[in-house]
Amino acid sequence: MALAEPHAESDAGVVETRKARPLALPVAAVEARLAGWVLPVLLLALWEYLSRIGVIAPNVLPAPSAIAQAGWVALKSGELLRNMGVSTLRALAGLVVGGVIGLAFGIANGLSGLSRRYTDTTLQMIRNVPHLALIPLVILWFGIDEEAKLFLVALGVFFPIYINTLHGVLTVDPQLVEMGRAYGMSPLTLFRRVILPGALPSIFVGLRFALGIMWLTLIVAETIAADAGLGYMAMQAREFLLVDVVVLAILIYALLGKLADVLTRWLERLCLQWHPAFQTPRE
Amino acid sequence: MTIAPAPSSFKLPDTPRGLGLRLERVGRSFGTKRVLEQIDLAIPAGQFVAVVGKSGCGKSTLLRLIAGLDRPSAGRLLFDGPQEGAATRIMFQEPRLLPWERVLANVEVGLPASVKGEERHDRARAILAEVGLADRAGEWPAVLSGGQKQRVALARALASGPRLLAFDEPLGALDALTRIEMQTLLERLWREQGFTALLVTHDVAEALALADRIVLIDRGRIALDLDIDLPRPRRRGSAELAALEGRILDTLFSS
Repeated sequence: MALAEPHAESDAGVVETRKARPLALPVAAVEARLAGWVLPVLLLALWEYLSRIGVIAPNVLPAPSAIAQAGWVALKSGELLRNMGVSTLRALAGLVVGGVIGLAFGIANGLSGLSRRYTDTTLQMIRNVPHLALIPLVILWFGIDEEAKLFLVALGVFFPIYINTLHGVLTVDPQLVEMGRAYGMSPLTLFRRVILPGALPSIFVGLRFALGIMWLTLIVAETIAADAGLGYMAMQAREFLLVDVVVLAILIYALLGKLADVLTRWLERLCLQWHPAFQTPRE
Repeated sequence: MTIAPAPSSFKLPDTPRGLGLRLERVGRSFGTKRVLEQIDLAIPAGQFVAVVGKSGCGKSTLLRLIAGLDRPSAGRLLFDGPQEGAATRIMFQEPRLLPWERVLANVEVGLPASVKGEERHDRARAILAEVGLADRAGEWPAVLSGGQKQRVALARALASGPRLLAFDEPLGALDALTRIEMQTLLERLWREQGFTALLVTHDVAEALALADRIVLIDRGRIALDLDIDLPRPRRRGSAELAALEGRILDTLFSS
Protein backbone atom coordinates (compact mmCIF):
# COMPACT_ATOMS: atom_id res chain seq x y z
CA MET A 1 0.00 0.00 0.00
CA ALA A 2 2.83 2.33 0.82
CA LEU A 3 4.19 1.80 -2.65
CA ALA A 4 0.85 2.18 -4.38
CA GLU A 5 0.27 5.76 -3.36
CA PRO A 6 3.33 7.41 -4.90
CA HIS A 7 2.64 5.33 -8.00
CA ALA A 8 -0.88 6.71 -8.24
CA GLU A 9 0.49 10.19 -7.72
CA SER A 10 2.97 9.90 -10.54
CA ASP A 11 0.24 8.50 -12.75
CA ALA A 12 -1.88 11.53 -12.06
CA GLY A 13 1.11 13.70 -12.90
CA VAL A 14 1.47 12.05 -16.29
CA VAL A 15 -2.20 12.57 -17.04
CA GLU A 16 -1.85 16.22 -16.14
CA THR A 17 1.09 16.88 -18.45
CA ARG A 18 -0.73 15.09 -21.24
CA LYS A 19 -3.68 17.38 -20.73
CA ALA A 20 -1.51 20.45 -20.61
CA ARG A 21 0.26 19.80 -23.88
CA PRO A 22 -2.50 20.39 -26.44
CA LEU A 23 -3.28 23.65 -24.64
CA ALA A 24 0.34 24.80 -24.45
CA LEU A 25 1.14 24.08 -28.09
CA PRO A 26 -1.34 26.47 -29.78
CA VAL A 27 -0.35 29.24 -27.37
CA ALA A 28 3.30 28.79 -28.31
CA ALA A 29 2.37 28.72 -32.00
CA VAL A 30 0.28 31.90 -31.71
CA GLU A 31 3.07 33.60 -29.78
CA ALA A 32 5.61 32.69 -32.48
CA ARG A 33 3.36 34.04 -35.20
CA LEU A 34 2.48 37.30 -33.49
CA ALA A 35 5.83 38.13 -31.86
CA GLY A 36 6.97 40.22 -34.83
CA TRP A 37 3.83 42.40 -34.71
CA VAL A 38 3.96 43.34 -31.02
CA LEU A 39 6.43 46.19 -31.49
CA PRO A 40 4.68 47.82 -34.51
CA VAL A 41 1.33 47.73 -32.70
CA LEU A 42 2.82 49.28 -29.56
CA LEU A 43 4.51 52.03 -31.60
CA LEU A 44 1.23 52.71 -33.38
CA ALA A 45 -0.61 53.03 -30.07
CA LEU A 46 2.04 55.42 -28.70
CA TRP A 47 1.87 57.51 -31.85
CA GLU A 48 -1.95 57.73 -31.65
CA TYR A 49 -1.71 58.74 -27.98
CA LEU A 50 0.91 61.44 -28.63
CA SER A 51 -1.19 62.83 -31.48
CA ARG A 52 -4.37 62.90 -29.37
CA ILE A 53 -2.71 64.85 -26.54
CA GLY A 54 -1.24 67.27 -29.10
CA VAL A 55 2.48 66.49 -28.77
CA ILE A 56 2.63 65.67 -32.52
CA ALA A 57 1.08 68.37 -34.68
CA PRO A 58 -1.28 67.01 -37.39
CA ASN A 59 0.47 68.98 -40.16
CA VAL A 60 3.77 67.29 -39.27
CA LEU A 61 2.52 63.74 -38.69
CA PRO A 62 -1.21 62.98 -38.62
CA ALA A 63 -2.57 60.45 -36.14
CA PRO A 64 -2.85 56.80 -37.25
CA SER A 65 -6.63 57.10 -37.09
CA ALA A 66 -6.51 60.04 -39.51
CA ILE A 67 -4.29 58.06 -41.85
CA ALA A 68 -6.61 55.08 -41.63
CA GLN A 69 -9.48 57.38 -42.55
CA ALA A 70 -7.53 58.78 -45.51
CA GLY A 71 -6.82 55.17 -46.48
CA TRP A 72 -10.51 54.30 -46.27
CA VAL A 73 -11.46 57.29 -48.45
CA ALA A 74 -8.81 56.41 -51.02
CA LEU A 75 -9.89 52.78 -50.94
CA LYS A 76 -13.56 53.67 -51.46
CA SER A 77 -12.77 55.88 -54.42
CA GLY A 78 -10.79 53.06 -55.98
CA GLU A 79 -7.79 55.37 -56.30
CA LEU A 80 -5.66 53.45 -53.79
CA LEU A 81 -6.22 50.02 -55.32
CA ARG A 82 -5.60 51.37 -58.82
CA ASN A 83 -2.30 52.95 -57.76
CA MET A 84 -1.24 49.86 -55.84
CA GLY A 85 -2.08 47.69 -58.82
CA VAL A 86 -0.09 49.87 -61.18
CA SER A 87 2.94 49.87 -58.88
CA THR A 88 2.80 46.12 -58.20
CA LEU A 89 2.50 45.30 -61.88
CA ARG A 90 5.48 47.51 -62.69
CA ALA A 91 7.53 45.96 -59.91
CA LEU A 92 6.76 42.39 -60.97
CA ALA A 93 7.33 43.08 -64.67
CA GLY A 94 10.74 44.57 -63.87
CA LEU A 95 11.55 41.69 -61.56
CA VAL A 96 10.65 39.09 -64.18
CA VAL A 97 12.62 40.78 -66.97
CA GLY A 98 15.69 41.59 -64.87
CA GLY A 99 15.50 38.33 -62.93
CA VAL A 100 15.30 36.09 -65.97
CA ILE A 101 18.22 37.86 -67.64
CA GLY A 102 20.24 37.73 -64.41
CA LEU A 103 19.47 34.05 -63.95
CA ALA A 104 20.43 33.28 -67.55
CA PHE A 105 23.75 35.14 -67.31
CA GLY A 106 24.48 33.66 -63.89
CA ILE A 107 23.92 30.11 -65.12
CA ALA A 108 25.78 30.66 -68.40
CA ASN A 109 28.79 32.23 -66.67
CA GLY A 110 28.76 29.62 -63.94
CA LEU A 111 28.83 26.75 -66.41
CA SER A 112 31.06 28.18 -69.13
CA GLY A 113 34.46 29.70 -68.54
CA LEU A 114 34.34 31.13 -72.05
CA SER A 115 31.12 33.02 -71.37
CA ARG A 116 32.47 34.22 -68.04
CA ARG A 117 35.72 35.50 -69.54
CA TYR A 118 33.88 37.53 -72.15
CA THR A 119 30.98 38.99 -70.16
CA ASP A 120 31.86 39.10 -66.45
CA THR A 121 34.19 42.13 -66.65
CA THR A 122 31.58 44.14 -68.53
CA LEU A 123 28.83 43.20 -66.11
CA GLN A 124 30.98 44.06 -63.09
CA MET A 125 31.71 47.51 -64.58
CA ILE A 126 28.03 48.21 -65.18
CA ARG A 127 27.24 46.98 -61.70
CA ASN A 128 29.38 49.67 -60.16
CA VAL A 129 27.33 52.46 -61.73
CA PRO A 130 24.47 53.27 -59.33
CA HIS A 131 21.48 52.50 -61.49
CA LEU A 132 19.46 55.38 -60.05
CA ALA A 133 22.11 57.72 -61.48
CA LEU A 134 20.74 56.74 -64.87
CA ILE A 135 17.33 58.30 -64.19
CA PRO A 136 18.00 61.55 -66.14
CA LEU A 137 19.25 59.52 -69.09
CA VAL A 138 16.36 57.08 -68.86
CA ILE A 139 13.84 59.96 -68.86
CA LEU A 140 15.53 61.36 -71.96
CA TRP A 141 15.31 57.94 -73.65
CA PHE A 142 11.88 56.75 -72.61
CA GLY A 143 10.11 59.82 -71.23
CA ILE A 144 8.06 59.01 -68.14
CA ASP A 145 6.34 56.01 -69.71
CA GLU A 146 6.26 52.44 -68.45
CA GLU A 147 9.47 51.54 -70.30
CA ALA A 148 11.48 53.87 -68.10
CA LYS A 149 10.34 52.20 -64.88
CA LEU A 150 10.61 48.72 -66.32
CA PHE A 151 14.17 49.43 -67.47
CA LEU A 152 15.28 50.80 -64.11
CA VAL A 153 13.71 48.02 -62.03
CA ALA A 154 15.04 45.33 -64.36
CA LEU A 155 18.53 46.82 -64.20
CA GLY A 156 18.33 47.06 -60.41
CA VAL A 157 17.24 43.47 -59.79
CA PHE A 158 19.56 42.02 -62.44
CA PHE A 159 22.76 42.29 -60.40
CA PRO A 160 21.83 40.63 -57.11
CA ILE A 161 20.27 37.75 -59.01
CA TYR A 162 23.18 37.49 -61.42
CA ILE A 163 25.88 37.54 -58.75
CA ASN A 164 24.15 35.07 -56.45
CA THR A 165 23.22 32.67 -59.25
CA LEU A 166 26.81 32.75 -60.48
CA HIS A 167 28.10 32.13 -56.98
CA GLY A 168 25.57 29.32 -56.47
CA VAL A 169 26.50 27.53 -59.70
CA LEU A 170 30.24 27.92 -59.08
CA THR A 171 30.02 26.53 -55.56
CA VAL A 172 27.95 23.42 -56.30
CA ASP A 173 29.72 20.50 -54.62
CA PRO A 174 32.21 19.22 -57.25
CA GLN A 175 32.00 15.75 -55.66
CA LEU A 176 28.30 15.55 -56.52
CA VAL A 177 29.02 16.68 -60.08
CA GLU A 178 31.68 13.97 -60.39
CA MET A 179 29.22 11.42 -59.02
CA GLY A 180 26.59 12.50 -61.56
CA ARG A 181 29.07 12.14 -64.42
CA ALA A 182 30.32 8.77 -63.16
CA TYR A 183 26.71 7.55 -62.95
CA GLY A 184 26.11 8.46 -66.57
CA MET A 185 23.96 11.61 -66.26
CA SER A 186 23.59 13.55 -69.51
CA PRO A 187 24.62 17.24 -69.34
CA LEU A 188 20.95 18.26 -69.18
CA THR A 189 20.14 15.76 -66.41
CA LEU A 190 23.26 16.82 -64.53
CA PHE A 191 22.09 20.44 -64.69
CA ARG A 192 18.52 19.66 -63.71
CA ARG A 193 19.25 17.23 -60.88
CA VAL A 194 22.58 18.39 -59.50
CA ILE A 195 23.65 21.90 -60.49
CA LEU A 196 20.35 23.83 -60.37
CA PRO A 197 19.13 22.39 -57.03
CA GLY A 198 22.60 22.96 -55.60
CA ALA A 199 22.56 26.60 -56.67
CA LEU A 200 19.00 27.23 -55.51
CA PRO A 201 19.69 28.36 -51.91
CA SER A 202 22.07 30.98 -53.28
CA ILE A 203 19.57 32.05 -55.96
CA PHE A 204 16.99 32.68 -53.23
CA VAL A 205 19.43 34.93 -51.38
CA GLY A 206 19.72 36.88 -54.63
CA LEU A 207 15.95 37.03 -54.99
CA ARG A 208 15.51 38.51 -51.53
CA PHE A 209 18.11 41.19 -52.19
CA ALA A 210 16.43 41.83 -55.54
CA LEU A 211 13.01 42.37 -53.95
CA GLY A 212 14.40 45.13 -51.74
CA ILE A 213 16.07 46.84 -54.67
CA MET A 214 12.92 46.38 -56.74
CA TRP A 215 10.76 48.49 -54.40
CA LEU A 216 13.46 51.07 -53.81
CA THR A 217 14.00 51.61 -57.53
CA LEU A 218 10.32 51.73 -58.34
CA ILE A 219 9.49 54.22 -55.63
CA VAL A 220 12.32 56.55 -56.56
CA ALA A 221 11.35 56.31 -60.23
CA GLU A 222 7.66 56.91 -59.51
CA THR A 223 8.38 59.82 -57.23
CA ILE A 224 10.46 61.55 -59.88
CA ALA A 225 8.41 60.85 -62.96
CA ALA A 226 5.09 59.04 -63.24
CA ASP A 227 1.40 59.58 -63.91
CA ALA A 228 0.10 56.75 -61.71
CA GLY A 229 1.31 54.47 -58.93
CA LEU A 230 2.04 54.80 -55.24
CA GLY A 231 5.00 57.14 -55.68
CA TYR A 232 2.88 59.36 -57.89
CA MET A 233 0.07 59.30 -55.32
CA ALA A 234 2.48 60.44 -52.61
CA MET A 235 3.89 63.24 -54.76
CA GLN A 236 0.42 64.47 -55.70
CA ALA A 237 -0.55 64.51 -52.03
CA ARG A 238 2.55 66.55 -51.23
CA GLU A 239 1.47 69.16 -53.80
CA PHE A 240 -1.82 69.55 -51.94
CA LEU A 241 -0.23 69.27 -48.47
CA LEU A 242 -2.18 66.04 -47.72
CA VAL A 243 0.27 64.76 -45.13
CA ASP A 244 -2.01 61.83 -44.21
CA VAL A 245 -1.92 60.46 -47.76
CA VAL A 246 1.86 60.84 -47.91
CA VAL A 247 2.23 58.83 -44.70
CA LEU A 248 -0.34 56.33 -45.99
CA ALA A 249 1.78 55.72 -49.08
CA ILE A 250 4.87 55.16 -46.95
CA LEU A 251 3.04 52.66 -44.73
CA ILE A 252 1.80 50.77 -47.77
CA TYR A 253 5.40 50.46 -48.99
CA ALA A 254 6.29 48.85 -45.68
CA LEU A 255 3.38 46.42 -45.96
CA LEU A 256 4.17 45.50 -49.58
CA GLY A 257 7.81 44.94 -48.65
CA LYS A 258 6.74 42.59 -45.87
CA LEU A 259 4.36 40.81 -48.25
CA ALA A 260 7.15 40.22 -50.76
CA ASP A 261 9.34 38.83 -47.98
CA VAL A 262 6.59 36.46 -46.82
CA LEU A 263 6.11 35.21 -50.38
CA THR A 264 9.83 34.52 -50.77
CA ARG A 265 9.98 32.66 -47.48
CA TRP A 266 7.05 30.53 -48.58
CA LEU A 267 8.77 29.80 -51.90
CA GLU A 268 11.99 28.92 -50.07
CA ARG A 269 10.16 26.50 -47.83
CA LEU A 270 8.56 24.91 -50.87
CA CYS A 271 11.74 24.56 -52.92
CA LEU A 272 14.28 23.88 -50.17
CA GLN A 273 12.40 21.26 -48.14
CA TRP A 274 15.45 19.03 -48.29
CA HIS A 275 17.66 21.62 -46.61
CA PRO A 276 18.11 20.94 -42.88
CA ALA A 277 17.66 24.70 -42.23
CA PHE A 278 14.13 24.59 -43.64
CA GLN A 279 13.02 21.29 -42.16
CA THR A 280 10.51 21.12 -39.38
CA PRO A 281 11.89 18.70 -36.78
CA ARG A 282 10.15 15.33 -36.78
CA GLU A 283 9.00 13.47 -33.72
CA MET B 1 20.49 -1.60 -37.07
CA THR B 2 20.16 -5.08 -38.45
CA ILE B 3 20.73 -6.03 -42.00
CA ALA B 4 17.64 -7.60 -43.47
CA PRO B 5 17.89 -10.97 -45.18
CA ALA B 6 17.75 -10.83 -48.94
CA PRO B 7 14.16 -10.72 -50.20
CA SER B 8 13.47 -12.95 -53.13
CA SER B 9 11.95 -10.10 -55.16
CA PHE B 10 15.36 -8.76 -56.16
CA LYS B 11 16.34 -10.42 -59.42
CA LEU B 12 19.68 -10.29 -61.08
CA PRO B 13 19.88 -8.98 -64.64
CA ASP B 14 20.44 -11.65 -67.26
CA THR B 15 23.90 -10.42 -68.23
CA PRO B 16 26.89 -12.60 -67.33
CA ARG B 17 28.23 -11.59 -63.94
CA GLY B 18 31.66 -10.28 -63.20
CA LEU B 19 33.90 -8.36 -65.56
CA GLY B 20 37.48 -9.53 -65.97
CA LEU B 21 40.17 -7.00 -66.78
CA ARG B 22 43.84 -6.72 -67.52
CA LEU B 23 46.22 -3.81 -67.09
CA GLU B 24 49.29 -3.78 -69.34
CA ARG B 25 52.21 -1.53 -68.37
CA VAL B 26 49.76 1.11 -67.21
CA GLY B 27 51.21 4.43 -66.06
CA ARG B 28 49.69 7.73 -65.00
CA SER B 29 51.56 10.98 -64.49
CA PHE B 30 50.33 14.39 -63.45
CA GLY B 31 52.74 16.88 -64.99
CA THR B 32 56.22 15.61 -64.15
CA LYS B 33 55.00 13.57 -61.18
CA ARG B 34 54.64 9.89 -62.04
CA VAL B 35 51.95 8.48 -59.77
CA LEU B 36 51.71 5.01 -61.30
CA GLU B 37 54.38 3.19 -63.27
CA GLN B 38 54.30 0.00 -65.30
CA ILE B 39 51.40 -1.65 -63.56
CA ASP B 40 50.71 -5.15 -64.86
CA LEU B 41 47.67 -6.73 -63.28
CA ALA B 42 45.15 -9.31 -64.40
CA ILE B 43 41.89 -9.56 -62.46
CA PRO B 44 39.66 -12.52 -63.33
CA ALA B 45 35.90 -12.08 -63.45
CA GLY B 46 34.21 -12.12 -60.07
CA GLN B 47 37.35 -11.77 -57.98
CA PHE B 48 37.41 -9.57 -54.88
CA VAL B 49 40.66 -7.62 -55.02
CA ALA B 50 41.79 -5.27 -52.28
CA VAL B 51 44.36 -2.61 -53.10
CA VAL B 52 46.25 -1.40 -50.05
CA GLY B 53 49.04 1.10 -49.58
CA LYS B 54 50.07 4.22 -47.71
CA SER B 55 48.29 7.43 -48.55
CA GLY B 56 49.64 9.02 -51.71
CA CYS B 57 50.95 5.71 -53.08
CA GLY B 58 48.71 5.87 -56.14
CA LYS B 59 46.03 3.37 -55.10
CA SER B 60 43.15 5.80 -55.62
CA THR B 61 44.56 6.79 -59.01
CA LEU B 62 44.59 3.13 -59.98
CA LEU B 63 40.95 2.79 -58.94
CA ARG B 64 39.93 5.89 -60.89
CA LEU B 65 41.64 4.49 -64.00
CA ILE B 66 39.81 1.18 -63.70
CA ALA B 67 36.48 2.86 -62.94
CA GLY B 68 36.86 5.00 -66.05
CA LEU B 69 37.04 8.35 -64.23
CA ASP B 70 40.55 8.92 -65.57
CA ARG B 71 42.65 7.81 -68.55
CA PRO B 72 46.12 6.24 -68.31
CA SER B 73 49.03 8.22 -69.76
CA ALA B 74 50.86 5.01 -70.69
CA GLY B 75 49.92 1.39 -71.31
CA ARG B 76 46.42 0.07 -71.73
CA LEU B 77 43.44 -1.41 -69.94
CA LEU B 78 41.63 -4.39 -71.42
CA PHE B 79 38.19 -5.56 -70.35
CA ASP B 80 36.56 -8.83 -71.36
CA GLY B 81 33.28 -7.06 -72.18
CA PRO B 82 31.72 -3.61 -72.39
CA GLN B 83 32.74 -1.61 -69.32
CA GLU B 84 31.08 1.74 -70.08
CA GLY B 85 28.02 3.13 -68.41
CA ALA B 86 26.08 1.00 -65.99
CA ALA B 87 28.47 -2.00 -66.21
CA THR B 88 31.02 -0.24 -63.99
CA ARG B 89 30.04 1.59 -60.84
CA ILE B 90 32.09 3.39 -58.24
CA MET B 91 31.37 3.92 -54.58
CA PHE B 92 33.15 6.91 -53.13
CA GLN B 93 34.63 7.56 -49.72
CA GLU B 94 31.78 10.02 -49.06
CA PRO B 95 28.17 8.93 -49.69
CA ARG B 96 27.70 11.76 -52.24
CA LEU B 97 23.91 11.52 -52.08
CA LEU B 98 21.90 14.35 -53.64
CA PRO B 99 20.63 16.16 -50.54
CA TRP B 100 17.60 17.53 -52.43
CA GLU B 101 16.28 14.13 -53.45
CA ARG B 102 14.66 11.52 -51.23
CA VAL B 103 16.45 8.26 -50.50
CA LEU B 104 14.50 6.34 -53.16
CA ALA B 105 15.24 8.92 -55.86
CA ASN B 106 18.91 8.79 -54.88
CA VAL B 107 18.97 5.06 -55.47
CA GLU B 108 17.25 5.59 -58.83
CA VAL B 109 20.25 7.71 -59.89
CA GLY B 110 22.08 4.40 -60.27
CA LEU B 111 19.54 2.92 -62.68
CA PRO B 112 20.17 3.16 -66.41
CA ALA B 113 17.97 5.69 -68.25
CA SER B 114 16.33 2.86 -70.18
CA VAL B 115 14.43 1.76 -67.06
CA LYS B 116 11.26 3.87 -66.95
CA GLY B 117 8.33 4.82 -64.79
CA GLU B 118 7.00 2.51 -62.11
CA GLU B 119 9.73 -0.06 -62.78
CA ARG B 120 12.33 2.48 -61.64
CA HIS B 121 10.65 2.77 -58.24
CA ASP B 122 10.20 -0.99 -57.94
CA ARG B 123 13.79 -1.81 -58.72
CA ALA B 124 15.11 0.94 -56.46
CA ARG B 125 12.84 -0.28 -53.64
CA ALA B 126 14.01 -3.87 -54.07
CA ILE B 127 17.69 -2.96 -53.88
CA LEU B 128 17.01 -0.64 -50.95
CA ALA B 129 15.46 -3.60 -49.12
CA GLU B 130 18.62 -5.52 -49.97
CA VAL B 131 20.74 -3.09 -47.93
CA GLY B 132 18.15 -3.10 -45.13
CA LEU B 133 16.71 0.38 -45.63
CA ALA B 134 13.33 -0.36 -47.22
CA ASP B 135 11.54 1.69 -44.54
CA ARG B 136 13.64 4.82 -45.17
CA ALA B 137 12.76 5.24 -48.86
CA GLY B 138 10.84 8.49 -48.27
CA GLU B 139 13.40 10.23 -46.06
CA TRP B 140 15.75 13.07 -46.91
CA PRO B 141 19.40 11.95 -46.81
CA ALA B 142 20.11 14.61 -44.17
CA VAL B 143 18.25 12.65 -41.47
CA LEU B 144 20.20 9.40 -42.01
CA SER B 145 23.27 8.36 -40.02
CA GLY B 146 26.66 8.08 -41.70
CA GLY B 147 26.38 4.29 -42.03
CA GLN B 148 22.84 4.52 -43.45
CA LYS B 149 23.93 7.12 -46.01
CA GLN B 150 26.75 4.85 -47.12
CA ARG B 151 24.28 1.95 -47.44
CA VAL B 152 22.08 4.11 -49.68
CA ALA B 153 25.19 4.87 -51.74
CA LEU B 154 25.83 1.12 -51.94
CA ALA B 155 22.25 0.52 -53.11
CA ARG B 156 22.73 3.22 -55.75
CA ALA B 157 25.95 1.56 -56.94
CA LEU B 158 24.28 -1.85 -57.12
CA ALA B 159 21.03 -0.65 -58.74
CA SER B 160 22.17 -1.17 -62.31
CA GLY B 161 23.56 -4.64 -61.56
CA PRO B 162 27.15 -3.65 -62.39
CA ARG B 163 29.71 -6.23 -63.46
CA LEU B 164 32.57 -4.29 -61.88
CA LEU B 165 32.26 -2.36 -58.65
CA ALA B 166 35.07 -0.07 -57.51
CA PHE B 167 35.14 0.96 -53.85
CA ASP B 168 37.22 3.98 -52.94
CA GLU B 169 37.60 3.52 -49.17
CA PRO B 170 33.84 3.65 -48.70
CA LEU B 171 34.04 2.57 -45.06
CA GLY B 172 36.89 4.86 -44.09
CA ALA B 173 34.70 7.43 -42.34
CA LEU B 174 32.49 5.00 -40.42
CA ASP B 175 32.82 3.99 -36.78
CA ALA B 176 34.33 0.59 -36.02
CA LEU B 177 31.06 -1.29 -35.38
CA THR B 178 29.16 0.14 -38.35
CA ARG B 179 32.21 -0.72 -40.37
CA ILE B 180 32.13 -4.41 -39.49
CA GLU B 181 28.41 -4.46 -40.28
CA MET B 182 29.05 -2.86 -43.66
CA GLN B 183 31.84 -5.32 -44.42
CA THR B 184 29.47 -8.21 -43.77
CA LEU B 185 26.86 -6.62 -46.03
CA LEU B 186 29.42 -5.97 -48.75
CA GLU B 187 30.66 -9.56 -48.63
CA ARG B 188 27.14 -10.98 -48.77
CA LEU B 189 26.11 -8.83 -51.75
CA TRP B 190 29.32 -9.66 -53.58
CA ARG B 191 28.74 -13.39 -53.08
CA GLU B 192 25.13 -13.13 -54.18
CA GLN B 193 25.69 -10.99 -57.24
CA GLY B 194 29.11 -12.12 -58.38
CA PHE B 195 30.45 -8.79 -59.60
CA THR B 196 34.17 -8.15 -59.75
CA ALA B 197 35.05 -6.05 -56.71
CA LEU B 198 37.98 -3.70 -56.39
CA LEU B 199 38.37 -2.26 -52.91
CA VAL B 200 40.87 0.46 -52.18
CA THR B 201 41.65 0.72 -48.49
CA HIS B 202 44.40 1.62 -46.06
CA ASP B 203 43.02 -0.85 -43.53
CA VAL B 204 44.89 -4.12 -43.93
CA ALA B 205 42.53 -5.97 -41.56
CA GLU B 206 39.56 -4.91 -43.69
CA ALA B 207 41.32 -6.09 -46.86
CA LEU B 208 42.03 -9.44 -45.19
CA ALA B 209 38.44 -9.86 -44.04
CA LEU B 210 37.01 -9.36 -47.52
CA ALA B 211 39.45 -9.98 -50.35
CA ASP B 212 40.45 -13.01 -52.41
CA ARG B 213 43.62 -11.22 -53.20
CA ILE B 214 45.58 -8.28 -51.85
CA VAL B 215 47.63 -6.02 -54.06
CA LEU B 216 50.04 -3.75 -52.24
CA ILE B 217 51.02 -0.56 -54.03
CA ASP B 218 54.13 1.30 -53.01
CA ARG B 219 55.42 4.43 -54.72
CA GLY B 220 53.42 3.77 -57.88
CA ARG B 221 54.40 0.11 -58.29
CA ILE B 222 53.01 -3.22 -57.19
CA ALA B 223 55.10 -4.25 -54.17
CA LEU B 224 53.17 -7.40 -53.26
CA ASP B 225 50.45 -9.51 -54.88
CA LEU B 226 49.05 -12.01 -52.41
CA ASP B 227 46.25 -14.54 -52.75
CA ILE B 228 44.23 -14.94 -49.57
CA ASP B 229 42.99 -18.48 -49.71
CA LEU B 230 40.97 -18.59 -46.51
CA PRO B 231 37.41 -19.86 -46.08
CA ARG B 232 34.56 -17.36 -45.68
CA PRO B 233 33.13 -15.88 -43.62
CA ARG B 234 36.44 -15.14 -41.99
CA ARG B 235 36.72 -14.86 -38.27
CA ARG B 236 38.19 -11.53 -37.26
CA GLY B 237 41.24 -11.84 -35.03
CA SER B 238 42.14 -15.41 -36.00
CA ALA B 239 45.82 -16.39 -35.90
CA GLU B 240 46.03 -16.90 -39.67
CA LEU B 241 44.70 -13.43 -40.41
CA ALA B 242 46.99 -11.90 -37.80
CA ALA B 243 50.03 -13.60 -39.34
CA LEU B 244 49.08 -12.38 -42.82
CA GLU B 245 48.44 -8.87 -41.52
CA GLY B 246 51.90 -8.84 -39.93
CA ARG B 247 53.49 -9.91 -43.19
CA ILE B 248 51.71 -7.25 -45.22
CA LEU B 249 52.50 -4.50 -42.72
CA ASP B 250 56.17 -5.58 -42.72
CA THR B 251 56.32 -5.25 -46.50
CA LEU B 252 54.58 -1.86 -46.24
CA PHE B 253 57.07 -0.40 -43.79
CA SER B 254 60.26 -2.15 -44.88
CA SER B 255 60.49 -0.10 -48.07
